Formats: sequence, C-alpha cells, structure tokens
Amino acid sequence: METVNLKINNMPVAAPKGATILEAARLLGLEIPTLCYLKEVNEIGACRICMVEVKGARSLVTACVYPVTEGMEVFTNTEKVRQSRKLTLELILSTHDRRCLSCIRSGNCELQKLCKEFGVDDETHFEGENIRYSFDDSAAHMVRDNNRCILCRRCIAACKKQDCAVIGANARGFNTHVGSAFERDLADVSCVSCGQCIVNCPTGALCEKDDTDKVLAAINDPDKIVVVHTAPSIRATLGEAFGMHLGTNVEGKMVAALRRLGFDKVFDTDFAADLTIMEEANEFIERVSNGGVLPMITSCSPGWIKYCEHYFPEQIPNISTCKSPQQMAGAIIKSWYAEKNNIDPAKIFCVGIMPCTAKKFETKRDYQNATGYPDVDIALTTRELARMIESAGIYFKHLPDEKFDNPMGDSTGASVIFGATGGVMEATLRTAVETLTGEELRSLDFTEIRGTKGIKEATYKVGDLDVNVCVASGLENARKVLEEIKAGKSKYHFIEIMACPGGCVNGGGQPVQHAVVRNFVDLKGVRAKALYEADAAMPIRKSHANPMIKKLYEEYLGEPGSHKAHKLLHTKYTPRPKYQ
Amino acid sequence: MAVKPLAETDFYKKQIRLALRNCGVIDPESIEEYFAVDGYQALAKALTQMTPEEVTQVVKDSGLRGRGGGGFPTGLKWSFTAQNDADQKYVVCNADEGDPGAFMDRSVLEGDPHAVVEAMAICGYSTGATEGYIYVRAEYPIAVKRLEIAIADAKKHGLLGKNIFGSGFDFDLHIRLGAGAFVCGEETALMTSIEGNRGEPRPRPPYPAVKGLFGKPTTECNVETFANVPQIILKGAEFFAAMGTEKSKGSKVFALGGNINNTGLVEIPMGTKLREVIYEIGGGIPDGRKFKAVQTGGPSGGCIPAEHLDIEIDYDNLSAIGCMIGSGGMIVIDDSKCMVDIARFFLDFTVDESCGKCSPCRIGTKRMLEILDKIIEGNGTLGDVQKLEELAAHIKDSSLCGLGQTAPNPVLATLRFFRDEYIAHVTEKKCPAGVCKAMLNYYIDPEKCIGCTLCARACPTNAISGKVKEVHTIDIDKCIKCGACETACKKHNAVYKA
Repeated sequence: METVNLKINNMPVAAPKGATILEAARLLGLEIPTLCYLKEVNEIGACRICMVEVKGARSLVTACVYPVTEGMEVFTNTEKVRQSRKLTLELILSTHDRRCLSCIRSGNCELQKLCKEFGVDDETHFEGENIRYSFDDSAAHMVRDNNRCILCRRCIAACKKQDCAVIGANARGFNTHVGSAFERDLADVSCVSCGQCIVNCPTGALCEKDDTDKVLAAINDPDKIVVVHTAPSIRATLGEAFGMHLGTNVEGKMVAALRRLGFDKVFDTDFAADLTIMEEANEFIERVSNGGVLPMITSCSPGWIKYCEHYFPEQIPNISTCKSPQQMAGAIIKSWYAEKNNIDPAKIFCVGIMPCTAKKFETKRDYQNATGYPDVDIALTTRELARMIESAGIYFKHLPDEKFDNPMGDSTGASVIFGATGGVMEATLRTAVETLTGEELRSLDFTEIRGTKGIKEATYKVGDLDVNVCVASGLENARKVLEEIKAGKSKYHFIEIMACPGGCVNGGGQPVQHAVVRNFVDLKGVRAKALYEADAAMPIRKSHANPMIKKLYEEYLGEPGSHKAHKLLHTKYTPRPKYQ
Repeated sequence: MAVKPLAETDFYKKQIRLALRNCGVIDPESIEEYFAVDGYQALAKALTQMTPEEVTQVVKDSGLRGRGGGGFPTGLKWSFTAQNDADQKYVVCNADEGDPGAFMDRSVLEGDPHAVVEAMAICGYSTGATEGYIYVRAEYPIAVKRLEIAIADAKKHGLLGKNIFGSGFDFDLHIRLGAGAFVCGEETALMTSIEGNRGEPRPRPPYPAVKGLFGKPTTECNVETFANVPQIILKGAEFFAAMGTEKSKGSKVFALGGNINNTGLVEIPMGTKLREVIYEIGGGIPDGRKFKAVQTGGPSGGCIPAEHLDIEIDYDNLSAIGCMIGSGGMIVIDDSKCMVDIARFFLDFTVDESCGKCSPCRIGTKRMLEILDKIIEGNGTLGDVQKLEELAAHIKDSSLCGLGQTAPNPVLATLRFFRDEYIAHVTEKKCPAGVCKAMLNYYIDPEKCIGCTLCARACPTNAISGKVKEVHTIDIDKCIKCGACETACKKHNAVYKA
C-alpha cells in the first residue's frame, strides 16, 4: 500500500495514500471532533467542527475530507483551532433548542458532548433571531423536531443512501431547514419508515414515535394479558444502551428485564422466525415446482416492503406472501396460544420489541389482523425498551439470566441469525435443501452469504437444481437487484432483501451510536457476530427441527402452506404512489 | 461646438477595449459580422497550427488571470485539467454574474457572444474537453437568446460539433440557466447546479481540474476571462502581456457606479490609478461632495479610502490592503454615506444569499448582521464591535466556500479604514454621516429661528413648543424624526439634524 508521510502535532505518521487528515490522526490515537461527517455517506464538510491548522494553508482546513499529502504538517489542537470550534459550537447553539432536560438524546447527544468538551458554557453568547419550527409527527414511526436540528444533513444523506431521498434542505441561508419537497409532511411522501435517518442523527431532532405509554397502560390494565416477543437482533444490541460492550449477547438479562417490567408472557420472535422459514421455504419450493413467480424475495423487512410498494410496485408478485416474524408471532399468540390457554384474544395485548421503526408502520398495515384483532398491538424499538427499563429502575447489568416462556420460547440457530444480512437466506436454505433432497446437510454454514457486503450472491445445489441466490441489504443495493429483475436480466431464484444496511442489527430502531463509532468500528459486523456465535452454540440449528414448531403444525396448522397457515401467516401488498 | 471623437472624450481617453472590443461594434446576432472582425481565426489557428500544449503555453505566457474574482492564472488552470486523463472532460463558462450592480459579463454575452463560444472551444482543445456548458443567469434573457443564436450558427458553420476545421477535434456546447442564487457563481456550487442538484458548494480538494462537473476533470472560467482568449491566441502572448503590471496583465472591465458623474462599464489597463478612474474617467463626485471611499469586489470585497486613491489597480495591490478586484464592481461612496450602513448593506446581501450549508456562514453572517443592526440602532457597545471582529475572522477562516470566506470583508474593510465611525456609533451614539436614523435628532438653531411657528404646526406629534416670535425647541422624547419641521422651515433653514 502506498503511504504518505506527514506530521500531526509534530508527530510523524505514515498514512495510506488518499486517507483524510481525520483518518491519519486516528493512527496516532488522536480524535478530531466531527458533527456532519459519516464515512462514505456524508462527506460534505458542512459543520466546520473538524477544522485543523495546516502549515502554509490560507485558512483552516476541513480534516474530515482533506486528503493528506507528503510532508504536510497538521496541528489539531492549537488555540486557534480550539477557538474556532468553540465559536462554531456557540453559533450552532444560538439556533438550537437548548432545553436539554426534556430532550430524548440528553446524555447521548453529539452536540452536547462537544459543548462539554470545548467548555461552551455561555449558551447565549450569540443572541438573535431563532426560528421556531413546528413538529412533524405525521408519520406512524417517527417525529421530526427541527428546533433541535443542527443541519449536519446526516439524515438527508442516509435517506439518499436508502434510495428514497424524501428529505432534503429547504429554503436557504439562515432559513435553511430539513424537510420534504414543498414542505410536505413525512406521512405524505414516499418515506419507507426505515429509520436510518434517526440512528444517524447527532442530536434529538429525530426520534421514533414513542409508544411506551401505551404499553405501560396495557401492563397496568388488569383486564389485559400483555404478551411481549423480542426480535432476534435485540439481544445483540440492547446491552449498548446500558454501557455494555458492542456485540454483547444479553438475551437472558433482556428476558429478566421484561418480566420485571410486568409483561405477562415473554416470548421469542425467533420462534416465529422458525415458523417463517417453514412457510417461506415451502412457498419457495412450490414456486420452483409449479412455475410460480421467480425470483422470490423475502418479506421480513417492512421497510423493504414499503420501498417495493412505492418504487417498484410491478415487483410485488416477487415478494413472498409470508408475514414477517413479528406479525406471525402476533397471529399465533392470538390464535393457537389463546385457544390452548382459553384466553379471549380480545384481552391479549401483543407487543413486539423490534430493531426497526418500520415495524410500527407494519402493525398498522392492512391484512395484518388474522384473528380479527391486530396481530401486534404495539411495536417498540430497542431504544424504547431501554428507556422503559431505565425508568422502571431496573439495574440491567446486574440482572440474572432468565429463559423465555413456552410455548414460544424455543427457537433454533436458524432463526437467531435473521437479525443479520444473509441470515434469512441461510436459514431458508438449511430447511429448503433438506426438505427437497431428504438428506441431512453436512455443513449448516452458508458462509458465502455471510458478512456485511451490500450485495452477496452464491449458487447452491439443491437436489438436481442449481439455485442462484442473492442477498442485498440497504435499499440502494435493493434497487440494483430490482432493476435487474425489471429488465428481465435477473439470474436469481431467491433473493433476501433487508431495508437497512447490514440487516436488522443496524436497524433504524437500534441504540444510537455516535458517528465516531459508525465511522471507525464495523458496527454491523460486531453486532452480527453475536448472532452467529449464538447460532453456532445452539443445539438445534434448523427451523424444521424445532420441536415446538413441529408441535404447532401437528396440533394446529397442519402443514406449511395449509389453508389455516395461509389465513394466519400470509398477507397481501398494495402498490403505493410516490406522491400523494 | 465640434463633436470630439470618442477616444478623445474624458470617459474613453484612458480606456482600452480588449474584452469589450466588439461590444457595440458588431451585430452580436450575426456570425458573419464576427467573422469580419477575425472571428474564429483564433480557433482556426489553434486547431490547425498549434498543439494543445502550445495553446496552454500561450495562455500561460500571456499572464491572463481569472476575471471572475479569484485571479487565478488561467493558463495554469488549463494545464491542471489537461494533465488529468479521463474519458470525458468539460469546459464550463461561469456567466452567473451576481454582484449587485455588476454587468460586465452581461455586456460581453449580449455584445460579443461568439468570442466566448470560440474561447471555450479553444479551451476544450487545450485541455482535452469535448463538451462545454455555459451557466448563465436566467435574469439575462437577451444574453441567453444571443448565446443560443451564436451556438446554433457556430454549429451550422461547423465551428462547433464534430471534426472542427478537419482537425479531428470535436466540441459541443450547452446552455444551463441559473435560478438566481448568488452562490452558484462559486465554481463547485455552479457545477452542482448544472448537475441538477441544489446549488451548493462542495469541499475542495478534489479540485474541478481533477473531479469537477459530473465527477470529470473540468476547467471553469468566467465570461470576461474567456473573452480575452481569442485575441491572445491570435495576436500572441506578448501582445497581452505588454499591458498591465508585473503580475496582473491585460485589461479589466469595471462597473463604475455610485456617487460618480460618469457611470457605466469601464475597461482599463491593469495598473491604472484609482484616482484616474474616479476623477478622469469617472469625472469626479457629483454635487460638490467629497470622495470617501470606493467599494470594490461587490459583497465579497472591501473598500478603498481616500488615502489610497493613488493605488495602482491590480490583483495584488488591492489584496494587500484587504480589498479585491473581484468580478469588477466599483461603487463610489461620497461623504454623505455612513460606512457602517454600507457594510450592513453588503452583509445583508450575503446573509440573504448564503446557501445555508456550512454553519459559520449560515449562522455567523446572520449574527454579524444582527450586531450591525444593533449598532445602527444606537444600542451597540464596544463589546459588540469586538464580537463583530471576532466573528468576522472566524467566518473568514472556517467557511466552506468563497462566499462565506469573503462575506465578512465589507465589515473588516470598513473597520480597518473607518473604525472611528463604528466607535462614534457605539460610544457617542452618533452617526457621523447623519445616515443612521435611530441616532439622529432634530434641533432648532436659536440663531436662525424667528418664531414663525410653521414647524410647530407641521409637527404631527406636538413635539415643538415655543411662543410666536420666540425661539422654538423640539422635545426629543416626543419627536418621531419624520422631518416635517425641516421641510416646513425651508425658508429660514433653522431646523437641522445631528
């Protein structure tokens, strides 16, 4: 690798050619503060926090985007630099809603952190006009409060990266603000509700729509039986909210916390993920054998579903009709579980703990109420659950490990990897191959489709058939795959698509990690590792081998794809316009 | 009285015509008339007798520097693009002339559009670009129309398109209209706008010569720069380099305006003294008033006070005193103007035109304007002046693009040369020029007042008291500064403001 020799704060360093000053400084253990910079997503040099001195330069230099050159001499912490950063922070603060106590991001706010570090204590250093904006709480999944927005434009970049670009900069100069075209509400534009804007926001300008009150009210209602189930990826991320290391699997503590919060039953969405595999593998086999629409595309990610409905409505027949695990779980809880235990499904309040803001939208979709009641009443994000645990005074780190309740507490390694890109595909293949060939797989690891790459592809021999599979995560990658299908050039039989880059572990409902973590740590990979380790440690790693799943089919559903299974576990999709 | 030849009039005597040579001389809608003044001869010479490197070298040797404001050596700029290999390169003409009161590019485009078309083709040949864009403000409909005609005619005559002059060189031109944003005159914002996005600057590096329009190597020059190129190619580098000063060659067009007798476009050799421009070409200050300063470079520039009247106008002399040539705005200010108010005027413009991308420019310029307002309203303190300076330095040093980096210049320049006016505003609460209304008070001169009561009767707020044939006085607390008393007292001239 070609390197460039430079000095930063008089210390020599050899950085790879093309590296930025910011990256070179990290090689020396120096962190240059940033607000707008997101590697490869938002390299716009807009916030001007990362300014450094470069010997011979006319003015201060933007460390986040300025490439290093041979012999360059950089100073990252001079009085001039510190003063510049301080002034910029004071200017930003002068337009900011400074009521930190009532802000959802207080304590986890990148602006607050910098202000503290730079000793910006006079928050009224610059007084003057301060435009007040009204909230946009039109969407089902999130709220925008531009009064806390610092115009770093990370949300805009994240949205563009998700191939939606439904938000942008409106007006100009001092009046610049983030919004949709023609100042439309978020609910009226083709937002897919993935929430990537939220997890990339440095401040409290964006947050999920908080539904914790509704859940607490249900818990406190003696007539309600409140049942919760937790998505595969939550166990890999919830610990972050309590200061635990990235990638710590906290399944046992999570279950214990949910019990202490007062949920009547704590189930595992993984069980429903196994069920999804049964139905989806069956659907795939049927499509292949009966000349159905191919390639078949997975349907677990509601952000992806909404994207397809808005932007590629002609590809709706390619999507599997299987409900997502969250909705399958709800449908089975309110039917099989309710009947088994003589509970009136009207009394059941079903809560999904999800890595995802689109799941909030999903609960309100049509054809998601198989029993006549909503399959899932409320979907909470990982962040909301963390806040509930915190405010209930539960000392998360010290909780004992507890086990999920039955009958929906048993799951397999196949379902736990749903939370990472490629996981659904791998789980489906484990079941589909064995079902079609009748032989047991020698290795259950489909390593070709693991990892955080945006598009992965492989060909597997399933009986006599060569099955071409593709795994895409992030909607810009989904577009590439869909354009091929649209053009009739797709060679794939089966495609897994997840709306969020890296899959659910990087979902829009996951704990917010500061840009400095996102830029320099493989967040998706570290979180996914926890899931693959859980898979490897499971005694049963194939969905069709889950004894409780077998029991569910024997007792209740009959076989995959049966009439009853269709009624409870499958759904329909609707084309949606881009503009309303 | 005999009519003097144009060249002997005071206004034209010291001017030369290079960039504007054909303006008003030929019919801009006729390519034949352009042919008649050696039109497209330079392109023919470049394509048939010179290598691209030789063309670049001639431009380099001529000493031509960018006329849009930056003053970057044009030949050097071309050579940067030329040295980058790419499947596609572009030439861009910046015709988004936005400085208030400036219209030199407009005159060239409306009067001599083919000169720009020809120069862009030469630039394309020199840098290896086969496509060009002219980004022109939509507010210049005549310029747009004449450019369209020029491009169509040039295509018809084979001067644009494939295999020009049988040389194997292809070049095509497109027009893009700006939507009125000042920031789109900044080269990266202009390219972002051509690409169909919100016109906002992007960080440099990468520079346009490496990664410009649509991510390809691009050479961007302004209209006046291009307008000089055909003459340079045709007559040689020495012809151009013979004019001007050591580091600023050729001529420059200025838009002379403000408190001056002769206003309009003025093309002068670099190195002409400011005094000559003001008193000889411009014919001095009207109404017997005194020269106070000249604002150059528009909202990004600064002001030159009377003490520097003998400065020789070129890039480096002006920047040495914190000023800039900029695109060539030259607004003369007489002693009836308040420099704090002038600074406010220009800053108000930049605040309005900031794109809103980077924090120092978006918020900082607004805060500066608010401080200026406070000072003008008579509520300023010495601390405010200090804060203003602190902010100005910060914005200059940390903004993303040229607009932000130069936005504080009018304030910094007036603070440098007219600091006493700021101090008077904040300490004595007085506007020395008598412009800032909030600090004005009306008084009656007891020597002149004859007690006619006309003023008292004209006063809408009954602020004036006094008996008939006795001296009247104005109650400052009641006065709303409408000036009705002053008008009423025209005959005796006893009412004055201070």
